[in-house]
Amino acid sequence: MARYIGKEMSRVDGVAKVTGRAKYAAEFRVPNLAYGFIVLGSVAKGTIKAIDTREAESSQGVVRVFTHLNSPKLGPKASTEYAPPRNAREQDKSFRALQSDRIYFNAQPVALVVAETYEQARYAARLVKVSYNAEKHSTDTEAVRAQARVPSQGPPPKPRGNPEEAMKSAPVRVEAEYRIPIEHHNPMEPHAAVAVWEGDRLTIFDKTQEVYGVRRHLASSFNVPEENVQVISPYVGGAFGSSLRPNYYPSLTAMAARELKRPIKVVYTRTQMFTGHGHRPYTIQKIALGAEASGKLTAMIHEAVHNTSTFEEFSDNTTGFTRQVYACPNLYAPTKITDTDLNTPTWMRAPGAVSGMFALECAMDELAYSLKIDPLELRLINYAEVDPESGKPFSSKALRECYRLGAEKFGWKNRKFEPRSMRDGRLLVGWGTATGVWGAFQSPASAKITFRGEGTAHVTSATSDIGPGTYTVVTMIAAEYLGLTPDRVQFELGDTKFPRAPAQGGSQTTASVGSAVHGAALAVTSRLFALANQDANSPLKGAAASDVEMLDGRLRLKNDPSRFVQIAEVMRRNNLTEIAETFESKPSEERRKYATLAHGAQFIEVKVDPDLGQVRVTRAIEVSACGKIINPKASHSQEIGGVVWGIGMALTEATEIDHRYGRIMNPNLQHYHVPVNADVHEVETLFVEEDDQIVNPLGVKGMGELGMVGIPAAIANAVFHATGRRIRELPITPDKLL
Amino acid sequence: MRPFKYTRASTVDSAARVVTANPSAKFLAGGTNILDLMKEDVERPNELVDLTRLKLAEIKAAPGGGVTIGALSKNTDTANHPLIRQNYPLLTQAIVAGASGQLRNMATNGGNLMQRTRCQYFYDTALPCNKRELGTGCGALEGLNRNHAIFGWSEKCVATYPGDMANALYALEAVVRVRGAQERERTIPIGDFHRLPGDTPEKDNNLQHGELITAIELPKSPFAKNSYYLKVRDRASYAFALVAVAAALDLNGGTIRQARVVLGGVAHKPWRSLEAESALSGKPASEQTFKQAAELALRDAKPLAHNAYKVELGKRAIVRALMRASRLA
Repeated sequence: MARYIGKEMSRVDGVAKVTGRAKYAAEFRVPNLAYGFIVLGSVAKGTIKAIDTREAESSQGVVRVFTHLNSPKLGPKASTEYAPPRNAREQDKSFRALQSDRIYFNAQPVALVVAETYEQARYAARLVKVSYNAEKHSTDTEAVRAQARVPSQGPPPKPRGNPEEAMKSAPVRVEAEYRIPIEHHNPMEPHAAVAVWEGDRLTIFDKTQEVYGVRRHLASSFNVPEENVQVISPYVGGAFGSSLRPNYYPSLTAMAARELKRPIKVVYTRTQMFTGHGHRPYTIQKIALGAEASGKLTAMIHEAVHNTSTFEEFSDNTTGFTRQVYACPNLYAPTKITDTDLNTPTWMRAPGAVSGMFALECAMDELAYSLKIDPLELRLINYAEVDPESGKPFSSKALRECYRLGAEKFGWKNRKFEPRSMRDGRLLVGWGTATGVWGAFQSPASAKITFRGEGTAHVTSATSDIGPGTYTVVTMIAAEYLGLTPDRVQFELGDTKFPRAPAQGGSQTTASVGSAVHGAALAVTSRLFALANQDANSPLKGAAASDVEMLDGRLRLKNDPSRFVQIAEVMRRNNLTEIAETFESKPSEERRKYATLAHGAQFIEVKVDPDLGQVRVTRAIEVSACGKIINPKASHSQEIGGVVWGIGMALTEATEIDHRYGRIMNPNLQHYHVPVNADVHEVETLFVEEDDQIVNPLGVKGMGELGMVGIPAAIANAVFHATGRRIRELPITPDKLL
Repeated sequence: MRPFKYTRASTVDSAARVVTANPSAKFLAGGTNILDLMKEDVERPNELVDLTRLKLAEIKAAPGGGVTIGALSKNTDTANHPLIRQNYPLLTQAIVAGASGQLRNMATNGGNLMQRTRCQYFYDTALPCNKRELGTGCGALEGLNRNHAIFGWSEKCVATYPGDMANALYALEAVVRVRGAQERERTIPIGDFHRLPGDTPEKDNNLQHGELITAIELPKSPFAKNSYYLKVRDRASYAFALVAVAAALDLNGGTIRQARVVLGGVAHKPWRSLEAESALSGKPASEQTFKQAAELALRDAKPLAHNAYKVELGKRAIVRALMRASRLA
């Protein structure tokens, strides 16, 4: 019987966060610090003709103005886990600041002003004068759609069956195009770094989702051994993918610090964040579904095109999950990319999945209306019992139960099929549904546990906690398997001095790092067991290591707790004050025999003002099946956050570009509309727990991304049900519904 | 932010004197807009005269049945004042429709009238904007203009006045009391306070440089019973209006004695429709009457490439606001 796993626990770092004790990258104080302020360019493509820094340099407090003319060249960039191409031998081609006169995108950094104070640097940054040889640019994905190509990395998209023929002969067909705009992550905390060199050793405080990735990136940039670089990132104020790759500012900050031989701090402004990291790409999707009159899918053709930059290829694999959601014998689902003069896009919460599922799940709704079949029923008709792509069984899949539970909680059976058939006074009521899907990823990860004789444990792993509650969940896992109370466990993360962990991305952290901590706890148990059994009179004699567990200071037999030894005594006898075990967990061989996915079903009610076009999401029921739930409290928070993100994507968020200038026009929180509290009404999140013995030792799957995947489609479908209007371009703002 | 001199004013007259004497000086009250603009390098005053110690925050009944509200009264305090809530609920609604609670706690009434457009081209110093830098052109005219004007714009500027409070003040026929150098005091009807852009888009209003708003005077109002402020926006709160309507009716049973219809978010100033108002006058309060008035109000709209929706939305918003004001919806 689990004591902590599966039970609600408040965040162990909560008090530190609300009292300000938790330190974020920009808050670390080091002596003799100087401040850098980034100067952004104003053309989308071309070269810098001239750059006049004299006035800035003579401004009060200014230490130096770095431009491409006086900045040292950085070494080749090593690829990192999240720096595509994801082939470790390939070089990372992501943008780095001040390396040449070439302009690749508008609002690209063209100078860094370093001064004694932040205000002095910001003021002097206004005094830098730059002129350009502008070239004809192209930032509109629509305009370069015809040049779309399959990315050179990764396997070429292979059709399944004969989709063209099957589509032609399908009795019922729907075909439509869907669009999503560029979106930006907008975490609360701006990206920041504080870089400190001591000789050839660099310490950098950074906002990152992968300390080891930043280390590798900086070591190769400055041609120093990786061991010489320490990256520290204990707290991250939201990232959502924007800190998966090393952005341009850590190397820029470290470069300035190295040149000036003093610590430098650089913090993005909100505006700088819009080109200082990637974005969810502008995505055009053409989708055709063919079905029998019974609703059974016979053909799916789903083609996505999104932008990348001119200097590197990025694909979010928009159509990836289309291959695995519904049983269909004939399918073609390529994702293509096309070059634009914008910074490279990047992963943003539920990358690819939420974009692709927006199109697919709206198309499924359109098909349901063509067939006159209830949209939920259509999904059940096409339920994939095994992975349609590989033919492998699922390690677990409780999607059917999600549909059932969600429908029941929502009252789906009371839905009237016809659009515009439900009302609340003047308001049109719409009910929509969609399926959510995400992977159950796991990567190699290491963790170290130092168990002390007095009954405490220190746990370390170089993962991060961008908000999902990693500090807490790891503490719970360690407490569970070391038989301690959580207050006796201290967990530290976000530092390259700790054992290697993968990036916190793809919703894989609990599966990866949690498994490592679990393994390390079992290693401590085994070690104690071996030590105990050195005593010929050990009451545990004859048992196997797997038969014992640690609990409340005892090492005891699981099935006979009266047979135990006192852990403190065993350690004392062996002159040990502590036991340290490092464990690396890896995905099991067994996993390969299965398809491993997390699923969800979402039910949305909207109320639409038919005169004013305003949409309110009045009710959201989200049911997720993502293995075992370790901390229900944080898990619900994750899924509620996913719903809120889905509301933003569906109704309010869009990065606007004036293509005449190739410039982002709303790089701030007054013009880029994330949802506010008043946009969020009733949200209920539920879990259907799966007992999955295959995915990993803890039986957990990713949930952070899953929570938003179906929401935009479910909202758009609900809007159709309410109004009879099929809006295929997000966000659904009032003007589109007039 | 560029360096500037900070001066704390001890009297209205000294404040007016200092700013009058320095063409690059500006007043500072709540700072919710000017400090943002200074950080963005859009506003570049070399001197700020802080008004916050002046005793201009009083809200009091005026002889003749009106109410005088001090220029430095905070938006929150104004919206919640019993005299305002009882006599001018339209003003309360308009104020709370604006910004966020935190901003309203800082923002003053005078500052609210002085807030500048949120046109994205105005905010980005890398792009052309005649309002920010006369002669550079209007970026929005043929650019992204979904949020821009459909009335009264010029080739020089298509920006809108962003505020909510002034729309209600116009419907309530408020008067702005100002005081300039040499103790010259004058009043400006709120409808003449803001300007259309014409060839001088850099001027948002008709204040002389150095003139200071000291109070807003509200005449006795017959509209307390039947008024409504409607704001349509891209999210439920904390966004500027796509279209806003300040609607006020003076009803005699089911007949309209007189009406006020002011649109926000459609022009460089609050946009009052006298045509709509006279079409309402003497008519029965009904959806049909309101629809006719709404057609007249938007008849002369000149939408830009991306904001044609505002014409239809404006009509519907007027009808809805009048329906609410007359309690028919």
